[in-house]
Amino acid sequence: MDHLLTAAGLSRGDAVRILDTAAELAATQGREIKKLPTLRGRTVVNLFFEDSTRTRISFETAAKRLSADVINFAAKGSSVSKGESLKDTALTLQAMGADAVVIRHHASGAPHLLASSGWLQAAVVNAGDGTHQHPTQALLDAYTLRRHLAGPGPIGQDLAGLHVAIVGDVLHSRVARSNVDLLHTLGARVTLVSPPTLLPVGVEAWPCEVSYHLDEVLDQGPDAVMMLRVQRERMSSAGGGFFPSPLEYSRRYGLDARRLATLPSHAIVMHPGPMNRGLEISAEAADSDRAVIVEQVANGVAVRMAVLYLLLAGGRREDLA
Amino acid sequence: MTDPGTPGAGREVLGPDDVSRALTRIAHEILEHNKGPEGLVLLGIPTRGLPLAERIAARLAEVEPGFDPASQLGSLDITMHRDDLHRAPVRTLGETRLPAQGIDERTVVLVDDVLYSGRTIRAALDALSDLGRPRAVRLAVLVDRGHRELPIRADHVGKNLPTASSERVRVMLTETDGRDAVLISDGEG
Repeated sequence: MDHLLTAAGLSRGDAVRILDTAAELAATQGREIKKLPTLRGRTVVNLFFEDSTRTRISFETAAKRLSADVINFAAKGSSVSKGESLKDTALTLQAMGADAVVIRHHASGAPHLLASSGWLQAAVVNAGDGTHQHPTQALLDAYTLRRHLAGPGPIGQDLAGLHVAIVGDVLHSRVARSNVDLLHTLGARVTLVSPPTLLPVGVEAWPCEVSYHLDEVLDQGPDAVMMLRVQRERMSSAGGGFFPSPLEYSRRYGLDARRLATLPSHAIVMHPGPMNRGLEISAEAADSDRAVIVEQVANGVAVRMAVLYLLLAGGRREDLA
Repeated sequence: MTDPGTPGAGREVLGPDDVSRALTRIAHEILEHNKGPEGLVLLGIPTRGLPLAERIAARLAEVEPGFDPASQLGSLDITMHRDDLHRAPVRTLGETRLPAQGIDERTVVLVDDVLYSGRTIRAALDALSDLGRPRAVRLAVLVDRGHRELPIRADHVGKNLPTASSERVRVMLTETDGRDAVLISDGEG
């Protein structure tokens, strides 16, 4: 593994290896001394062209727990706002000796460009690009699913036989795309639930089922329900023509106490955050003991530590040859 | 699994009975040195140190009813503390599992299969210091093959095995390799 660009690019073996590594690293995060010396002297650059608090903090925490040096580079207030191109930014990072670049960009494909252009030699980790991919989110969701639903001793296991419903704004969601790819690779059955207006063109070719009716899918007894954030910043006010009103969206696609009660007793409720309480998820559902939303954040650190470890700890391929 | 005697498999220097006797002796030495089982914690270093620690623990439990494997046996993965990570393809992590009481103020006996450069034990000592402050740390190994690169010595040794650094020492255990043996082969083996 030289880069982590898409969830679709991970084989089952790669994905299980990342989850197993994350499981061992998660155990170290319960200790009094959480820091490991493994990436001492390595430099990880967080290159964020789009606002993000939790993903950036999660990557920063993961890198610091592995003793890497972290440089945060936010587009706002940087030379990018003066018009610097991605290429010149990349050449600058190369000159500074970055070993890994964690990039979030509003343009789909920017991480791929960075990894394949030859501008820099660092390992590239996609932390979300446009409406395309967010592979570490899918990995932390898979990790959370496996921890709760794959039975005792989940090391080495995939998600075969699980049914996961992903509900909400699929159109704008790189989380949904990445999860469909990864959960399918790991053997789970995925059902997307969304109003027709919030489904992307070509969704019928994805390796998943699609439904417009949340209650029908909940009747099938899914093992997990993943609520997506309604991305209102990508819409105009009041739903921007994607749905008639927030209230109607909430009635048809929101997870409330009544729908929560219809879930099987082992089922878990997930949300990638940040939540719009009262829109896609009610406070009762978000705060219930079924919800693993806070745990997803903790698991995110372990999964990102695993990705950085697997990308950076070993010798580079050309040096070993 | 190749038989001893076939080319490349190497010369067998310890058989199943030798391994068993060595572990029994190490178990008794540990007890004698510690004057009983109180405060002992055995930590096996994955991969092959862990089954060795389990076997020593089973022998301790046989002779000393006061020894409780549930609270005095664990494993210590040292991968994240190695100094040679960048020289090899990335390594898979092993499991670290400590007794619930931790290791503070207890006597930790590290258990590994082969003592060679001493770098694994250096990493284990670093890993331990992140986990607590043991009263003392001792080292038990099945084979000491010499060629130390650091000032480290074992307290309990199953077999001292003089080797050339070009030779390869291979420990096989039933739990991981299907049978118990220690083999020496030439570098190419």
